Amino acid sequence: MNRPELAGLAARPAQVWGGIRLVPLVREQPVEGLRLHREVYTGYGNGVVDVGPRTHYTSYIPHGFVADWSGEGARSAAYGTQLGAGTSPGNPPPRTARLQRNRHHRMAKRQPGDRLRFLPLHLAMEGYLALHFGGPAVAWEEWSRQALRDGLSPRAEDAYMGWSVRGLGDALRAFEIHPGQCGVMVYAADALAAAFVLPHPDDYRLLHPSLVQDLYGELVHQYALYGAPVAEFAARISDGPHLRTLAGLRAAARAQEREWAEAHDTLFARELLDTSYAFDRVYRMGSFTLWRFLPPFLRNGEGQHIGETITDHKGQVAYLKTFRLSEAQIRRGHLLHRLSDADWRLAQAAVTLGTTEEELVRRIRAAGFESLLRVGAQRRKPR
Amino acid sequence: MATSTETIRTGTGADLVAAEDVLLFVNAAITATGQREFRSTAYQQRLSLDFLHEYVRVNYRRVYAAALALDINDHNAVRIVQGLLESAADATAEEKRTEGRLIAARLAKLPPQRVYRLFRVLRGAKVNNRRTRAIMRDWLAARPDPAHDAVKYRAGLKTAARHVHLRFGGPGEPGETGDFLFRPGRRPRYRHQLLDAWRRAHYEQGAVDKLPFTVAEGFAARHGMKREVFLERMVPRMTRLERLRTQGQRSAGNDVRLPTDIDLTVMPLTRLALYVLSLGFEVRGLHRKELTHALRTAARRAAGPHAGSWGRVAAVLDDSYSSSGSGEKRRRPLAVALACHFLLEALAAPGAYIPLWTSGGTDPLLVRPWGPTPLGTRVLDALEHGPDRLVIVSDGWDNAPPGLAGEVLRVWRTRLDPDRRTAVVHMNPVYDADGFDVRHLAQGVPTAGIRDAEDLPALVEIAQFAEGRTGTAALYAYLDRQVARFVSGEKAGAHREQA
Repeated sequence: MNRPELAGLAARPAQVWGGIRLVPLVREQPVEGLRLHREVYTGYGNGVVDVGPRTHYTSYIPHGFVADWSGEGARSAAYGTQLGAGTSPGNPPPRTARLQRNRHHRMAKRQPGDRLRFLPLHLAMEGYLALHFGGPAVAWEEWSRQALRDGLSPRAEDAYMGWSVRGLGDALRAFEIHPGQCGVMVYAADALAAAFVLPHPDDYRLLHPSLVQDLYGELVHQYALYGAPVAEFAARISDGPHLRTLAGLRAAARAQEREWAEAHDTLFARELLDTSYAFDRVYRMGSFTLWRFLPPFLRNGEGQHIGETITDHKGQVAYLKTFRLSEAQIRRGHLLHRLSDADWRLAQAAVTLGTTEEELVRRIRAAGFESLLRVGAQRRKPR
Repeated sequence: MATSTETIRTGTGADLVAAEDVLLFVNAAITATGQREFRSTAYQQRLSLDFLHEYVRVNYRRVYAAALALDINDHNAVRIVQGLLESAADATAEEKRTEGRLIAARLAKLPPQRVYRLFRVLRGAKVNNRRTRAIMRDWLAARPDPAHDAVKYRAGLKTAARHVHLRFGGPGEPGETGDFLFRPGRRPRYRHQLLDAWRRAHYEQGAVDKLPFTVAEGFAARHGMKREVFLERMVPRMTRLERLRTQGQRSAGNDVRLPTDIDLTVMPLTRLALYVLSLGFEVRGLHRKELTHALRTAARRAAGPHAGSWGRVAAVLDDSYSSSGSGEKRRRPLAVALACHFLLEALAAPGAYIPLWTSGGTDPLLVRPWGPTPLGTRVLDALEHGPDRLVIVSDGWDNAPPGLAGEVLRVWRTRLDPDRRTAVVHMNPVYDADGFDVRHLAQGVPTAGIRDAEDLPALVEIAQFAEGRTGTAALYAYLDRQVARFVSGEKAGAHREQA
């Protein structure tokens, strides 16, 4: 598979709040056999994840998602304060759930029963950070000793919390969830910022506010901050002489809804749906598979999204969460890809990029990978 | 100011603008309360409302005062009174006379706590001209029992009395209230029962339940009385709303009974709708018969002489998520829609009423605020029934798809029903702070603000002026009529009862 299949999901009319446009995605039928819910952690979003022996990373982790494919749909205890009647012999106290510590073992971890806990967007983000993480495969003399020894480590990327994306919190609060809604596409100044799809409408209703705790790229943050309010696509009915009956009016109204759904898929979400991605399987759970995917890092001016998805046996999306890379992040990915394709030979990479070696060295430095280069690398005679 | 207003009114274009401004202000004064709404904060609402008040007061002072005679809400009535008294210098002697009568009539109808708060604000703003003092003195003199006010609104009465240099004590009463307020501890006991109960309540639990509920609550907390026992003892001293409010605390645990000590059928319709919506689905389902009966009775009473006279009526009622209102106005838009549902049922000819909720639900008693607002589709459904009247109750945020309702109504008016066989009116319970008005749906459809469903017939009358087919003169004549009726003590339209 090389692109997410959003069959079964239909776009409904968008709701606009300032510069944020939210497009609801509605399923006719919820996905059978998979439910997703949230697991809240202590520590106000400070989390540590053990990813290997003596390796861990620290990050913002407000919650984890638990995919449950046991088919029972058993709910876990609700988080937060609950008011109940006083305890009496015949009335046992409600079950309490202990919040998990903020130290996690692995990003995706099997739990008792047919359940998998994973950290949303971390899988996707790790996929991006680990891009050619090993560094140069061949020890050409341009590369520094540190690059040959440690690869790209340490590698860092910035993201913004949903709270700090202007208007997103209000947009989500005032959003009116459609019946049967299983997903949403978030646009900031009409640039696709994130797509979020879940298997069941009930899951969506619970996880709708979690969008404000997600990560968003720098581009999204700036578009929301500096962008003007976007226009609503109000319905237009042309009242020609053909419109004589109520039935005609109703048909015209229907056509408006259809037009919007088509326009959305072909115009707004095209960059997400029509790109071919590199999928990487993370976990297989029954007939469902958890993937993460990376874009081709093309520099054609279109948005590039990384993300993670759960698909069923037919390859249709049950869960999807994406993150829009900002321009600098796309450039970095592009550069690393080209270098790797050229077996980390600067001269060859410069040729494929259609530029000179000096310029390429400058671009490597500008991209923040200066530590890869040996000191004075650009002054050497080209070979 | 007055002369410039007169010159503006001469041109026909300016005429229309003036009429629009008037309607805009009336809509705002009916709906806006300076509280948080679903889509705007309290600050935005207040800022917007402040501007509107000042604009109308400066440019259309006569209209500004006349608004007191309409069914505007208490918050705005107080604001208008305050504005008029603060800017007395701008008014002519003739205007002042009319204003004085209007203010006196309106204050008499306001709940006392609001009036006392107004007096405090006036004192804060240092408004102490002769007219203000006279108005305050007249109002205070008309209070049925000064001793009751002295206990229940102690701080308010004290401030007001100081401000107007009020002398307590007439021939019948030897200045007890004055001593009670300003020289506590001077008298060993009071002859008036309530004043004496307040004195004794400081050290005697038995005296607490002779006080008004709000005052007694403080003493009960001081004595550490058990809440359930206290509430049970206070029931006879509570107002109807206090009884309803404490209902949940009085019955043990999550009881599913309806209050037995309150006659729901005599409650005002919108209040009752708010109460019904505050109950859980289980309770509403269990007491379906009683609740429906109470709502129907209240609606019939509100409809009054208009009952059954509206012919075939279709209603599009908004129960989308945004009708949940805000934390300050909880479920208000939905309650208005629910109350309108029962009122329109009473107004329509028997069996000729078609309700259409935006969610597609058919059970009005189990309505809940959820889902998008597909107004356009519902309006189409309603028009298919060929009603004489179509009433839309919605906050005007049509979003599935946006603007479809406006387009459908526009095409319906221009193409399918140019000779206006169907009268369409849009009632909007939410003030839009950014637009300085309630949100409109379409050009040819009159929109009116609504706060209490009981005012619906009167509001439909006002909404006709928004269609632009009646002249401005008619609007001013209407206002003058309302003012005359209001001042002469008759009820203007269906006046809501004090709950």
